[in-house]
Amino acid sequence: MSILVDKNTRLLVQGITGKTGLFHAEKSLEYGTQVVAGVTPGKGGSKVLDDRVPVFDTVADAVQKTGANASVIFVPPPFAADAIMEAADAEIPLIVAVTEGIPVADMIKVKRYLEGRPSRLVGPNCPGVITPDQCRIGIMPGYIHKPGRIGVVSRSGTLTYEAVFQLSELGLGQTTAVGIGGDPVNGTDFVDVLRLFNEDPATEGIVMIGEIGGSAEEAGAAYIQAEVDKPVVGFIAGTTAPPGKRMGHAGAIISGGKGTAEAKLEALREAGVHIADTPSDIGETMAKALG
Amino acid sequence: MKIHEYQAKDLLAARHVPVPRSKVAFSPSEARAAAEEIIEETGNAVVVVKAQIHAGGRGKGRFKEDPDLGGVQVVEGAEAAEAVARRMLGKTLVTVQTGPQGKVVKRLLVEQGVAIERELYLGMTLDRTIGRNTVMASTEGGMEIEEVAAKTPEKILKEAIDPAVGLAPFQARKLAFGLGLSGTAFKKMLRFLSALVSAYDDLDCSLLEINPLVVTADGDVLALDAKANFDDNALYRHKDVEDLRDPDEENAAELEAKKWDLSYVDLDGDIGCMVNGAGLAMATMDIIQYFGGQPANFLDVGGGANAEKVAAAFKIITADPNVKAILVNIFGGIMRCDVIAEGVITAVKEVGLSVPLVVRLEGTNVREGKKMLEESGLPITTAASLKEAAQRAVELAK
Repeated sequence: MSILVDKNTRLLVQGITGKTGLFHAEKSLEYGTQVVAGVTPGKGGSKVLDDRVPVFDTVADAVQKTGANASVIFVPPPFAADAIMEAADAEIPLIVAVTEGIPVADMIKVKRYLEGRPSRLVGPNCPGVITPDQCRIGIMPGYIHKPGRIGVVSRSGTLTYEAVFQLSELGLGQTTAVGIGGDPVNGTDFVDVLRLFNEDPATEGIVMIGEIGGSAEEAGAAYIQAEVDKPVVGFIAGTTAPPGKRMGHAGAIISGGKGTAEAKLEALREAGVHIADTPSDIGETMAKALG
Repeated sequence: MKIHEYQAKDLLAARHVPVPRSKVAFSPSEARAAAEEIIEETGNAVVVVKAQIHAGGRGKGRFKEDPDLGGVQVVEGAEAAEAVARRMLGKTLVTVQTGPQGKVVKRLLVEQGVAIERELYLGMTLDRTIGRNTVMASTEGGMEIEEVAAKTPEKILKEAIDPAVGLAPFQARKLAFGLGLSGTAFKKMLRFLSALVSAYDDLDCSLLEINPLVVTADGDVLALDAKANFDDNALYRHKDVEDLRDPDEENAAELEAKKWDLSYVDLDGDIGCMVNGAGLAMATMDIIQYFGGQPANFLDVGGGANAEKVAAAFKIITADPNVKAILVNIFGGIMRCDVIAEGVITAVKEVGLSVPLVVRLEGTNVREGKKMLEESGLPITTAASLKEAAQRAVELAK
């Protein structure tokens, strides 16, 4: 079992004729993902990747003709918000936005637009979602993932790879790994993914990787305390980050004394989460927690 | 991105937010001329001279060279304005936000004196928990608003803004009534709020803070101070704001990094770091401290860097005289380890290497990358895990 994506996922790639979109569409195909369509306005009717993937002008068209049920956004920042809303208008159940650098004001509008619609947005500014050996949506290196029993949810890309790699090395593997992204306004948060992992019978343990800024980790901790009996391993990046400085991610900033790593670690500890002291200890901490 | 108070006031005034009459001055004679002009126009001899630096707490701050002098001075007459300008310009102002080293004052704002009846607080920023911008107002203006928020949160009024609607008139009324305003000041406050919210949207701000917002004896509502920060992701559509960047206020290494589209933050420690990915870069800083070291910087080379960009990043680190050891930590996903190796080797050949270098590579093309480093003959310490790499770097920096 897995969450969000599996071998039945039919993927649409928005921005498929761009360099990054095309590169990762190919990687996803090679991984075994069903990449059924691409969208680039004005390039409808063409085909890419050795004629394996048809390109459409609109998402509505692509969905109608191919039955796509997930979309990944590789559209540049100025047009990404529009691309997400187009996917939501076509009622695609899962929209994964990889694009980094979308203006906050655009994302506020997107979030409002998604209210009451059936689509789930993951990201933006995220590595994507992967269920090992079944479906890869995003930009993560596929080969480090192994099918297994741990769910991974994270705000950071490479830190997710670090955790996934350790879990694979230790033979624990992953059910699904979800990057929720490093922006201050995003679609899916920790609580959403924790709930899905908690309800997924194949997921025996959960790794949650947070970072400074905002209070999504604290909300996640409260959910864990109330609902989750599976072992959860937590890591928070940014213990040594100075206040007021944006640490790469738009959302990774301590402002007004809020969003510190200490406060997040404290909340996780109180919720019974096993804290990994360093990112190198995530896998082993999970192995111990599973007993 | 941050700007000066006078720049923020210019941007706000152009968007119909009422501010006092003021003018920027770069020299004592300009300060005198500005004061003369303002006194002539307002008929009021009282002017305020305010040091312009990117830090708060200026009024309570003191000059290093002139310990009795604060960064905000109320004076009478143009001559007095010139005299106090002479004492401030070129001197170092230390405030709670500048750190002990302080900041050199190069610009002043000369502003009309205002007969203050009440000092209020008004701020606008993103509430991340609901994904909406929120206006905050308080009767406790002029004080440290964070202290008010912590001790008496009920004194902060909040209205979240629906992006499809903007600030609704009833929300503006709730805030104005909540601040205890009536009559002329109430009406002017409604207009002020509407203009402020429009300015925030128009400029893609990440923070607008008016502290204090003053009600004058005549019932005018004015932004006596103004702080504006901007969403870096949206600067591409605000060239005019980008042009307000003050290089004197920014770290030279951070500016150089920006040229290369690298995400770099200067820190106080002695272990230089080069990492791919923001989360992993932060975690690398943390693990250095965990083993008793101090990171000299945060540096995310990003996912799509080529060897040239990696070399530029490496040079920024080696140019920092505080750096006693360098830790390169790469988990190649999109980033290939051989590209990192090529960039590091290029940079070392160009600028040399006078401190120990520890490299940890994992992920895509890791074998090729490691082989290139070995064959380069450079004195590089390799490590199998991040933990091992951090421990080695901390030892070598001692």
